[in-house]
Amino acid sequence: MFERLAWRLLLCVFLCGPVVGAAKEAEPAAQDPVTEARMQRIAAELRCLVCQNQTIADSQAALAVDLRAQVREMILRGDSDQQIVDYMTARYGDFVRYRPPLNASTAFLWFGPTLLLLTGGVVLVTVIRRRQRLSPDRFEPDELDVMEDKA
Amino acid sequence: MIPELGHFTLWLALGVAAVLGTLPLLGAAKGRDDWMAVARPAARLLFVLVCVAMGCLVASFVRHDFSVLYVASNSNSALPLPYRIAGVWGGHEGSLLLWVLMLCVWMLAVAQFSRHLPMAVLARILAVMGLISVGFLLFMLVTSNPFERLFPVPLDGRDLNPLLQDPGMVFHPPTLYMGYVGFSVAFAFAVAALIGGKLDAEWARWTRPWTSVAWVFLTVGIAMGSWWAYYELGWGGWWFWDPVENASFMPWLAGTALIHSLAVTEKRGSFKAWTVLLAILVFSLSLLGTFLVRSGVLSSVHAFATDPRRGLFILAFLAVVIGSSLALYAWRAPSVGLGARFALLSRETLLLANNVLLVVATGAVLLGTLYPLVLDALNLGKISVGPPYFDTVFVPLMVPLVFLLGVGPLARWKEAALPDLATRLRWAVGVAVVASALSAWAAGGASLMTVLGFLMGWWIVATIATDVWERRQRLHQLPRAMVGMMIAHLGVAAFIFGVTVVRSYEVERDLKMNVGDSTQISGYTFTLLGVRDVNGANYEAAQGIVEVSRDGEPVATLRPEKRVYRVQRNPMTEAAIRPGFLRDLYVSLGEPVEGDAWIVRVYVKPLIGWVWGGCLMMAFGGLLAASDRRYRARARRDEAATAEALPGARHV
Repeated sequence: MFERLAWRLLLCVFLCGPVVGAAKEAEPAAQDPVTEARMQRIAAELRCLVCQNQTIADSQAALAVDLRAQVREMILRGDSDQQIVDYMTARYGDFVRYRPPLNASTAFLWFGPTLLLLTGGVVLVTVIRRRQRLSPDRFEPDELDVMEDKA
Repeated sequence: MIPELGHFTLWLALGVAAVLGTLPLLGAAKGRDDWMAVARPAARLLFVLVCVAMGCLVASFVRHDFSVLYVASNSNSALPLPYRIAGVWGGHEGSLLLWVLMLCVWMLAVAQFSRHLPMAVLARILAVMGLISVGFLLFMLVTSNPFERLFPVPLDGRDLNPLLQDPGMVFHPPTLYMGYVGFSVAFAFAVAALIGGKLDAEWARWTRPWTSVAWVFLTVGIAMGSWWAYYELGWGGWWFWDPVENASFMPWLAGTALIHSLAVTEKRGSFKAWTVLLAILVFSLSLLGTFLVRSGVLSSVHAFATDPRRGLFILAFLAVVIGSSLALYAWRAPSVGLGARFALLSRETLLLANNVLLVVATGAVLLGTLYPLVLDALNLGKISVGPPYFDTVFVPLMVPLVFLLGVGPLARWKEAALPDLATRLRWAVGVAVVASALSAWAAGGASLMTVLGFLMGWWIVATIATDVWERRQRLHQLPRAMVGMMIAHLGVAAFIFGVTVVRSYEVERDLKMNVGDSTQISGYTFTLLGVRDVNGANYEAAQGIVEVSRDGEPVATLRPEKRVYRVQRNPMTEAAIRPGFLRDLYVSLGEPVEGDAWIVRVYVKPLIGWVWGGCLMMAFGGLLAASDRRYRARARRDEAATAEALPGARHV
């Protein structure tokens, strides 16, 4: 109770101070929200090189702030997303891209999951088929035949 | 004295673990009851010893004993008491001790609650767990002794990483480790069954509740970690596909596959060999996760190369555990029976497909996590694999999985008829489509991915509703396992709704705010009333006071902070959040800019709470299922049977 009162008083101090007249709509940190949104989207796929596993969109490190400014500048200059990513890759290597490029050394990375899925599917079908062809006496007695219950 | 006592106790524990890991195993092989009888008391003694060691480390932290290297590196005289205790697992050595302690907790639980198991089986299970603890105790004593002394004694400690100074640190690691390590029980049951050569439905019935409980802990642990990242890191994300997160997510995915295949093995006796293999895989992934997080290989492959002792030890341990269990598997699996027959379309095959998808998803995460390490180690270049990759490969695997999640529980065991299934699912399809359209309309438009998310969520809800409707006559006698499954699956739906809605409809603003400035987001007015300096126990902070109102009515006062901890000096963002059922209001403070102005990040995040709420529902469902009557009843019956069959047999 007392704490709440204290807060109220504190708020009054803030509100009744010189700032009251200055109250206004907060301006966006960026001049141009459209550019900013595009910058954020690009920055979210780039790695901050001095941080431990953070994107330059999330990081507050000086390098990340600089790189965000760089991306912003390039957008304003009229570069495409691809050009910006290419520029960053030329400067910092593939390490900067959270979406690794597709090339000989990353082919297995990109196609691995599909390959795994196909293998899994083939094994699944083979196993089930083979089971179907076995004679019934190879299987164990069926509990369900005794107590029929779909649960 | 206390650190020496702790160190000595660890050596004693190693001795006890060595006895536990060998004597009962030999006893089971030779049929020597007296050797097998050692298992239970040895497990209890090991638990006590590790507790004492843990107590010594905690005491060293609490008493600010900076003559202990580990304490000096992870604590400070100004560190508040709760964080001094949590600081025990803030670094490498202490987390290992926590790992072993959790293993002992599970071992004790098995020793206490498995009186109904045949003596040889219990002896083998405890022995396998004993062998695992030998590995970890040896690892600690050889490479990572938490009690190592430091001379000369520093005046003060280097402090706990400020990121870790949060209530999350007190609860998240122990819960997560309980889950991780809990899968060692499933592993031990599997290996014991392989050694004994008796793999049957009974084995699945014993294993299942233990596996479910471990899975519940892991689920809660991961959810806690995600929530912690959400409020602590200050930019509102909740999952980053960070290798450390993946390390816990892989055992979760494979563990989810395991609890489903155990269901088939228990009910129908089928897939026994596969279930055993999964149990081995899940625990191997837990070990791999420990290796990834603990060896330093993640920060750099080369850091691993400069101090290879730790990494090499875990790698060797991993090779021994996985290699020997797989060899045992290869030897025994061919003699495992086929179980009961089932048709091409049946609940069995649907669950098998579920397993394939979950294991492939595990493989994809593993691939994305290890690939950069392997490339780097082979000098083939440095790459980063991040969220864009995982989103691309993960979502296509989850869509069919969710489809199966709807069909599976409605399909009959043994043989399901397609026409019958189609008729019963007709309504669910219709309801899901209509509800998704309505959701998209209510949200004021939706992208294709958003609609897909709605469809998946509503599909689960609609199929569960169908299931409940079909059972309406017998609802009061629905077994707990069934109710648990339904709740867990609804949790998946809640999770999908949360992810879909927050990704599609969250509003984020980066603002430059002077004191008195306000902004309107989604009908809420955020006003910066002021920024003041506050002093914490071991930090200084600038605290913003942001008032949130809606239609002139005050909703909340948020106080985001920018903290600088006195010892380590790096700035920390403490976001202020007003959580809600339908939306979170989230404010974090950036840097001061010219004049009195601050950069302020304001978010309105609809349904984000459902992400963690969904996880908690899954966990609750798992808990219900694990406490099903048939496990308790069976346990009592088995116990009676054992007592009858062996007159005069002592309960070991």
